[in-house]
Amino acid sequence: MVRLPWLRAFGRFWWDFLIGDTPELFIGAIVVVGAAALLCTVPGARHAAAFVLPALVAGLLSLSVWRASRSRPN
Amino acid sequence: MLLAVTAQGSPVVLVAAVFLASAVEMVEALTIVLAVGVTRGWRSAFEGVAVALAALTALVVVIGPPLVHWVPLSTLRLIVGFLLLVFGLQWLRKAVLRAAGLKAKHDEDAIYAEQVAELSEAAPTTGRDATAFTVAFKGVFLEGLEVVVVVLTLGTSSHRLGLAALAAAVAVVMVVVVGLVVHRQLSGVPENAMKMGVGLMLVSFGTFWAGEGVHVSWPGSDLAIPVLVAIYGLVAWALVTVLRHGDQARTSGLTGVGSPIDA
Repeated sequence: MVRLPWLRAFGRFWWDFLIGDTPELFIGAIVVVGAAALLCTVPGARHAAAFVLPALVAGLLSLSVWRASRSRPN
Repeated sequence: MLLAVTAQGSPVVLVAAVFLASAVEMVEALTIVLAVGVTRGWRSAFEGVAVALAALTALVVVIGPPLVHWVPLSTLRLIVGFLLLVFGLQWLRKAVLRAAGLKAKHDEDAIYAEQVAELSEAAPTTGRDATAFTVAFKGVFLEGLEVVVVVLTLGTSSHRLGLAALAAAVAVVMVVVVGLVVHRQLSGVPENAMKMGVGLMLVSFGTFWAGEGVHVSWPGSDLAIPVLVAIYGLVAWALVTVLRHGDQARTSGLTGVGSPIDA
């Protein structure tokens, strides 16, 4: 019982550190890297993945920034 | 010649990324330590700083070498690349929003004043000051933890942990020396520009190493990293430009085109 509050605080610290108020970046990064991994399993597509991966990352950044700008009050 | 540039390019970017990230975080830690020292006394503040730095060094020493020696390289690069990507995107997103004026910039003067006000309210003590020690320790440890993450991720994925640690140490020493000479919070440091630069490099390294982890074939190998920095730099610039114009258009629409906003 004594350890639980410490564990919860530890878990909350790493949650805030990695995810914080931008869960879309964490989930989006999983999707983007997963998509690149899938693409690399296709014969001959490993070179194409070098262009697709940065494009997806740029798209993820743009989406997150756009969401933040839309949620800003007038 | 190209191979020499390629071989030398990524250590230069690595050192720049670690140095800038460390400097930015230590500027924030310096503000807290100065507030503690001025209001509660320097002895306990320095003790808190020393213990925090020792704990952070221990983390690097204890976690770093086993990561390099025991975890398979492609697994290490995938995990580290993913962490760098998430971390870098968080930094870059905030830097873009601040540059576009949609988020308040980090104000070291305001943070210093707030810390001084809070610490002045706590009861004074004689001898060792637990409040001063705790606040200084927490400030340095929490800001330094981000430095440790950057050092471990960039250092282990490129098998240059020693170089990354050295770059971080140099940044810490420089900020401390400048802080001691100036004897005030470093509010003149262009923090957001530095955070933008660090974010760009972390996202680029993260993309590269995560790609290496899933077997992406990068044209030019390590040379892809500075190319990624340039591409993401263009994207960040475009986002800031679009957001600024959108914000100006929204403000003009609210107040009437051409009409001044009363202060």
